[in-house]
Amino acid sequence: MTGAAEMTAALPEQRATTDWSGATMQRRIAKRYAAEKRFRLLGLSAILLSAAFLAFLLVSMLIKGVPGFTQTEVSLPIDFASSSLMIDTAALKKGGADADAALAGADIESATAAAADAAFGADGARLLSDGAWLKVRDAIKDNPDILKSKSNVWVPAAVEIDLAAKGQGTAEADQKLAKLKARDAIKTGLNIGFLTGSDATDPTLVGIWGALKGSLLTMAITLLLAFPIGVLSAVYLEEYAARNRWTDLIEVSINNLAAVPSIIFGLLGLAVFLNFMHLPRSAPIVGGLTLALMTMPVIVIAGRNAIKSVPPSIRDAALGVGASRVQVVFHHVLPLALPGILTGTIIGMARALGETAPLLMIGMRAFISSAPTGFTDPATVLPVQVFLWSDEVSKGFIEKTNAAIIVLLVFLLAMNGLAIYLRNKFETRW
Amino acid sequence: MSTQTLETIATEQHAASDGTLKMSARDVNVFYGAKQAINKVSIDVTQENVTAFIGPSGCGKSTFLRTLNRMNDTVASARVEGVIKLDGEDIYASGMDVVQLRARVGMVFQKPNPFPKSIYENIAYGPRIHGLAANRAEMDQIVEKSLKRAGLWEEVKDRLTESGTALSGGQQQRLCIARAIAVDPEVILMDEPCSALDPIATAKIEELIHELRGRYAIVIVTHNMQQAARVSQRTAFFHLGTLVEYGDTSEIFTNPREVRTKDYITGRYG
Repeated sequence: MTGAAEMTAALPEQRATTDWSGATMQRRIAKRYAAEKRFRLLGLSAILLSAAFLAFLLVSMLIKGVPGFTQTEVSLPIDFASSSLMIDTAALKKGGADADAALAGADIESATAAAADAAFGADGARLLSDGAWLKVRDAIKDNPDILKSKSNVWVPAAVEIDLAAKGQGTAEADQKLAKLKARDAIKTGLNIGFLTGSDATDPTLVGIWGALKGSLLTMAITLLLAFPIGVLSAVYLEEYAARNRWTDLIEVSINNLAAVPSIIFGLLGLAVFLNFMHLPRSAPIVGGLTLALMTMPVIVIAGRNAIKSVPPSIRDAALGVGASRVQVVFHHVLPLALPGILTGTIIGMARALGETAPLLMIGMRAFISSAPTGFTDPATVLPVQVFLWSDEVSKGFIEKTNAAIIVLLVFLLAMNGLAIYLRNKFETRW
Repeated sequence: MSTQTLETIATEQHAASDGTLKMSARDVNVFYGAKQAINKVSIDVTQENVTAFIGPSGCGKSTFLRTLNRMNDTVASARVEGVIKLDGEDIYASGMDVVQLRARVGMVFQKPNPFPKSIYENIAYGPRIHGLAANRAEMDQIVEKSLKRAGLWEEVKDRLTESGTALSGGQQQRLCIARAIAVDPEVILMDEPCSALDPIATAKIEELIHELRGRYAIVIVTHNMQQAARVSQRTAFFHLGTLVEYGDTSEIFTNPREVRTKDYITGRYG
């Protein structure tokens, strides 16, 4: 008894029983619920805010960009028989180089302008795009027989008329548009030329195909280089390299490389690939090499993490039945790490696809009016094309810039969709 | 069975026969960096007997087991001294092919670790990489034979294409034993094969070990002394990296020579 009394005395204070239903406790509980509610609301508003930003971006892009995929055309009556055109019909019918030579010799541009003036009055030629005569030329090439008669050719309208037809015109342009409408000589339709053409000086004539193909070729080079080199580096560092000062140094360097501003890679590409190796300027191969340097560290880091997360017990199991290290890696570790590696590759490739700065350094901002046919042809890429068009003076380029952004985003979504599909396909259910 | 004393379990076992020598270790030291994990261990493993390694946690029994098929090679800091022979051949000699060694000395791990592939593929993987089957029919035969020997055939014969990871823990461990058997090893090392299993699954594995005895030289690490008494004919007691006592299981559990062994098997520490 005395011992117990001493024990009690030794304690500073007897601990009171917790009063779970008391007022203080109720207040505490109410406070905790309030804190939880506050946090939930904060989180929800953060999500809503970012969703609103995203929606605003997409909606404004679509509103501004979708008209870029359409083009207003004017029906131009040309009396070929009485025009000043001197074209060798026989050479035209032969086709090929002969036809091109015959057409090159004729001044179709003046004939088109004259026809427009005759049809729509003194300033008639200004209703048409600068490239309207190209359509006339194509029409002649398709059907040389029209040269004998008078016929109507649909040619692209001038920028002001095009914008007016899409509801963005000036008062003056609206008047001109009304006149054309009265004659039933105008229509707005899908702009096939935008999807098949390349850069041009006139917004009614530009196309995105050149830049899209440039992006495709550049991405192909990037993927072909960065993926195997990145994955092999990751495998070597994780499965083979001894842990020592050198591998630590390499690891730190790779992590730093992933954080280097992209413009630095552009300067590196300029110095090494153009000035030292003398590869062609503005070519997808140089762009691809430069972007591969930038993407590789991202793939290495993601690959190492994915390989690290493969349970060691799987390695033990394979080694235990007598698999060699290469067999362990290729039969077990890589297949299990593949989903993670692919995720890293998507992130790296998406970043490379959207990259502008390093490509400016290696000359991919040049004005290229035809789509590249190979890896060494001069080319531009989608984000650079967006950058170039956004810099143009003509109002017609606004919708083209937005349309190009839509194409870029669709490309990006398609690429990510493919990668997510592949990842799900290879994902192992445990 | 837990009501039986260790002595009765151990003496009820088949008596250890002299056996033919399969593996022998002489003065083996294992270091992890500067730390010595195994100190001068010498031991013989015979073909006919199941050899059990017992001892408290961290005594080095698993480390020593992993030196027998050079699984320690994968640990960069590990260093092995001494001589370990398989059928008279030094397995640490420069001419020894480690890949072939691990096929001859198979291993079953503490946690069941089937590959995340089909049951069939789990068994077929080893024979395939060693080229043991010339065609699909031969492979089917190997798979069936291995699963039968591991006592798993009846349970899985209708779902060979299902994932090996979908099986229960005990079935997974028997799958791992079948996988080890499939490459036709001479020795099977088992590293606490039942520590993650329930008593019924454990009983099945122990039964399986009985059936495999003689066909393969078996070495089993266990921290369950009753299990050692039940399945083994020879028992080695490890403590702090040294081999304290090695002898017939019935001797070790009924009449240990060393005080430390006696203290351990009577539950004074461990």
